[in-house]
Amino acid sequence: MIHFENVGLRYGMGPEILRDMTFDIPKRSFQFLTGPSGAGKTTLLRLLFLSLHPTRGIINMFGRDLSQIPRSELPMLRRRVGIVFQDFRLLDHLTTYENVALPLRVRGKEEGSYRNDVIELLKWVGLGERINVLPPVLSGGEKQRAAIARALMDRPEILLADEPTGNVDPPMAKRLLNLFLELNRLGTAVVIATHDLALMDQVDARRMILTEGRLDIYE
Amino acid sequence: MNEMSRTRSSKPQKRDRTQARPKPPAPEPQQQQPARRAEMRVRPTAPILPPANIQGNALMVVIAIMAFLACLTLGAVSMVRATASSWQSQISREITIQIKPDDGLDMAAALKKARDVALTFVGTKDGTIMDDSATARLLEPWLGTGLNLDDLPVPRLVIITIDEQNPPDFGAMRDLLKTEVPQAFLDDHRTWVDRLVSMARTTVLIGTGILVLVFTAMVLTVIFATRGALSGNRHVVEVLHFVGAESAFVANEFQKHFLKISIKGSAAGGALAAILFAVANLWQSNSRATPQSDQATALFGSFTIGVTGYLGIFATMLVIALLTTLTARFTVMRTIDEIDLIRSDPSRSDGLPSA
Repeated sequence: MIHFENVGLRYGMGPEILRDMTFDIPKRSFQFLTGPSGAGKTTLLRLLFLSLHPTRGIINMFGRDLSQIPRSELPMLRRRVGIVFQDFRLLDHLTTYENVALPLRVRGKEEGSYRNDVIELLKWVGLGERINVLPPVLSGGEKQRAAIARALMDRPEILLADEPTGNVDPPMAKRLLNLFLELNRLGTAVVIATHDLALMDQVDARRMILTEGRLDIYE
Repeated sequence: MNEMSRTRSSKPQKRDRTQARPKPPAPEPQQQQPARRAEMRVRPTAPILPPANIQGNALMVVIAIMAFLACLTLGAVSMVRATASSWQSQISREITIQIKPDDGLDMAAALKKARDVALTFVGTKDGTIMDDSATARLLEPWLGTGLNLDDLPVPRLVIITIDEQNPPDFGAMRDLLKTEVPQAFLDDHRTWVDRLVSMARTTVLIGTGILVLVFTAMVLTVIFATRGALSGNRHVVEVLHFVGAESAFVANEFQKHFLKISIKGSAAGGALAAILFAVANLWQSNSRATPQSDQATALFGSFTIGVTGYLGIFATMLVIALLTTLTARFTVMRTIDEIDLIRSDPSRSDGLPSA
């Protein structure tokens, strides 16, 4: 589904943050992306989310070479990727329901066509009773689940999660992990960027370890 | 996998999700309350851009002022044109034959002869010899009252009314008068008419220039306001980017806000200008024949702008609303493209959030 070939990236004239990245992310796969702080996890996620162009190398996503895709087509490709941020990035003036429905709203769908789906998904992530609540009122775990629901709303082929358990307690982290595993079981490839070793130890999954810009993969 | 092969209808999606849906994770303690049907209702969808984040009031006032100035300029130009056209029509309806006094000239006979010669031409309607009293009134501002015209070598005038649509041959009339009454000089007011036409054109040109300046200032103001609104809503734009929104969608969201603001602003400015013209017209009608009104009429002409003028004001309001909306749209699209370009280029990622 995603293939990186000798990808390198540097900011400005600085040193290479990512070096010679060559790897695949297969369909329906589950992997952790880990490494020390500043190793380049977020940068790699940005590359995977088409939010950043590599300085060198080839990225092939969904069968297309990214360097050949015009910028106007990138939003269409981004819609096939779901992303969850550590800081949630929920819009405070929209309710949980409106935040989760946002991906469908930007696709120009009528509210009537997705209302039940959104409510159903919110129930699935355990937020069925928090539909009309604004994000500032939600707890950290609820915000994280709302952000996950938003990323899942349009059924992406791959879900990227940046430190999804960084702001929650261990029981909630475990609940979120179960949510990701369940999602993966349903067919979505999952990449979780984390440095939480306890979380990774709970699942026997592929580990992508970033160290000083280099990637080692342990199947 | 291309977009087409990925397209799925909403019904199978729902079925798949329902069938494969796992047991929901355990709710948090504060959620363990009986579910109520009322909570399943959702409020009317809020706008993606919070209205409070756009400094609309100041922009609305600026647009109202610009609309007022634009409509005022348009009305003033329309008024000047109408006045100039009226003057031009009055002047070109008449021609004047001036007879200079000369030794041994029988002025009364010369005046009569000049009038008769002029009236032989096709296109003339009537001829009036300006009598002694009328001539004395004409000279009164310079020479005072009680003037005896026989004591002074004062030129005398014959006024010929002509058919505007079918004017006489002024060249031939001039030649014939020269032969028949050598002291006669024909003034067809061409110089005045030309000056009035030139003045009207200059006024229109100045008015157009002012309109262009007003519109330019307004477009620049809207560009600044849009960039400010974009900056204040940067977090919203970022989230829209992450959920796969295209530039056109984001631009539409901003455009909606600016359309509302510009319609309100231009309607207020245009209405104010229309009211001003209507009040001025009313005042002029009610104070006709008073010194103030006469002075104002002499200086500005009639304050009537007519149906065309009011339609012009309405058109100006529409143009301003359209211009504001389009400016906001293009500014948003351009700025978002710039942000996208900088965000995606690691060599230019200074000053942008890391995510």
